[in-house]
Amino acid sequence: MTQLPLLEQAILVLAALTLLASFSMLAQSRLTSAIHSFAWQGVMVAAATALVAAVGHAHHLYLSALLTFSLKGLLIPWMLHRLVRRLNMEREVENIAHPALVVLAGALLVILAYWIALPIERLELASTRNIIAISLAIVLLGLWLMIARRQVVTQVLGFMSMENGLFLAAVASTRGMPLVVELGIAFDVLVAAVLFGVFFFHIHESIESLDTGKLTRLTEEEPA
Amino acid sequence: MSTLFPALALTLFTPLFGGLVLGLVRPMRLAGWLNLAFCALSFGASLLLARDLLAAPGGVYTGHGLHIDAFNLPLIVLTSFVGLTTAIFSRRYMLEMYAHGRVTPLRMQVYHAMFQGFLLTMLVALGTDNLGILWVAVEGATLATVLLVSLYRTPESVEAAWKYFILCGVGIALALFGTVLVYFAAQQAIGDPEQGLTWSVLHAHADGMSAPVMAIAFVFLLVGYGTKVGLAPMHFWLPDAHSEGPTPVSAMLSGLLLNIALYAVVRFKMLADSALGQSATPQLAGHLMMGLGLLSFLVAALSLQRQRDIKRMFSYSSVEHMGLATFAFGIGGPLATFAALLHLLVHSLTKSAVFVTVGHAAHIAGSQRIERIRGLIRTQPAVGWALLLGVAAIAGFPPFGIFASEFLMLNATLQSWPWLAGLLLIGLAIAFAGLFRNLQPMVYGSAPEGQVAVRANLWPVVVHLLLVAWLGLAIPPLLAGWLQQATRLIAGGGF
Repeated sequence: MTQLPLLEQAILVLAALTLLASFSMLAQSRLTSAIHSFAWQGVMVAAATALVAAVGHAHHLYLSALLTFSLKGLLIPWMLHRLVRRLNMEREVENIAHPALVVLAGALLVILAYWIALPIERLELASTRNIIAISLAIVLLGLWLMIARRQVVTQVLGFMSMENGLFLAAVASTRGMPLVVELGIAFDVLVAAVLFGVFFFHIHESIESLDTGKLTRLTEEEPA
Repeated sequence: MSTLFPALALTLFTPLFGGLVLGLVRPMRLAGWLNLAFCALSFGASLLLARDLLAAPGGVYTGHGLHIDAFNLPLIVLTSFVGLTTAIFSRRYMLEMYAHGRVTPLRMQVYHAMFQGFLLTMLVALGTDNLGILWVAVEGATLATVLLVSLYRTPESVEAAWKYFILCGVGIALALFGTVLVYFAAQQAIGDPEQGLTWSVLHAHADGMSAPVMAIAFVFLLVGYGTKVGLAPMHFWLPDAHSEGPTPVSAMLSGLLLNIALYAVVRFKMLADSALGQSATPQLAGHLMMGLGLLSFLVAALSLQRQRDIKRMFSYSSVEHMGLATFAFGIGGPLATFAALLHLLVHSLTKSAVFVTVGHAAHIAGSQRIERIRGLIRTQPAVGWALLLGVAAIAGFPPFGIFASEFLMLNATLQSWPWLAGLLLIGLAIAFAGLFRNLQPMVYGSAPEGQVAVRANLWPVVVHLLLVAWLGLAIPPLLAGWLQQATRLIAGGGF
């Protein structure tokens, strides 16, 4: 095992902090705190991107870092916050069925992610192999957040944090995708965020709540 | 220089312009006609493109970030054609829906703009050479259609749209992870990182890509894009989304969007096959596709039995057919690949015709529930016959094209996996029984009192069914040539 350069270590630390933010979202039962954790995750991904740009002298990554920071760190959390305020849900606390089990399952997902990434690990540099495993873990935790929680807002946070994990994987393992692709992805994320906002109102209008557990009209069974 | 590039640009970007214009057009009648005109322009350009590409050396065009070959050309022509016929149907149908008070003028504006936006994303997904742009376009197609599914704003449609959004969003996120891994593998095989997502370059260098990374990437891509194809067990969003949206949208979702997602999977399979060629599991991609395809086919055939909503029933039939096509692409080999390509074409044409007819039938009965739709052939013989023939076609009855493609698939299965052929036959019989049991009373049953005919435009249905019958009886040599060429491209050999 060779010693990693200081900057690469810093990137790894940031990746680990991003993973920590995922766990904090998983355990937060207050909506506003979960949104704050998400904002921190966005900032961390942006910082990691900027560091990668500095290490690899990849100047187009500075642009991506800026884009991520403004989109995931500022704009989307701000939009979510505003929606929560407008729907009078700032004080809303979601009941998590078994909080300890949810977090424990999250930890198992991290182990699973490392296991999946094993064959990749053998052929690459020490930093890359960790990053791929960590970003896969963030993706899986986002997925788990969407399954374990039934609040529309937390589901959106899960969705967006999956995107964070993907972005981290792209940046840290491959020095970023071509710029056109990154701009396209950023555009899609932005449109998705706006659409989520629209849907909050639709769902609120139709079931007078944002609990997806109440979205049960469409089944194959005969209505009672 | 031929008119190839202008034709290509016109095909792909007419919907872009159309979407922007229709977003601003308030009068509904005008918007309906404009929508039709843009679709006609795009379809005309795609025909021109086909003519020019046939004259081009090798039948391949690569440039400006686009890549057109014999595989995506038929799908581009098909997409713009079905877009056109759906626009013809949609023009009057949506005015009727407005008259019934189901949509507001503002939502009609959104509808027409998104109709074009949806076509744009599908055509870009087909035409692009860049795997990243492919992902962006497929995700864009979800975003464009999610508002269309919830257009009527009923609690059911909002729920369907939410499920569609979330499940497909998750699926497509996994596909992006797969794409990142492909890019990662490409960096070791190709020097220039800018080319690392260009499909045509990757395809030429795929044998140098790391086998273990490509294997993991393909699993993510198959699950991700497979969610959009509607493969079991990720298919739960599909019947909801396809049944709750307006009928023209159902026709395009079932007829076109599923194809696009499967197209993406097959493009990646071509890369994975050549990267895994020297590894311990050279057939990994094919076997995974066969497994998921067969599972979807059987699950859908069984689910068909218990449907009470006519659009849900036909959505499950889409899952069934996409499962079959995935299975056939998975078998690989020239015969199965040819059959799968043909199946994509005939299924699109038939399924969009069926959904248009179903739209009229539900309009006559005033309900989508199967038990409320009765005696169509008495009330309005044209719709009754169209439904009867459409279902015969989709169930795989002889003169129609689906019979031909399913027969070829069965042959291919008998050649390479004989013991699976039994499962296929049983599944086909179950699906057939499910469809016909419900069809009989809908068409022949006694019509309820006071049921009256509606103004129906069945020209799209007639044209589609005639085309499908033609493809079933004799594939025109031109199209057969394209499909042969595409088969050689995908399966690496002709027959």
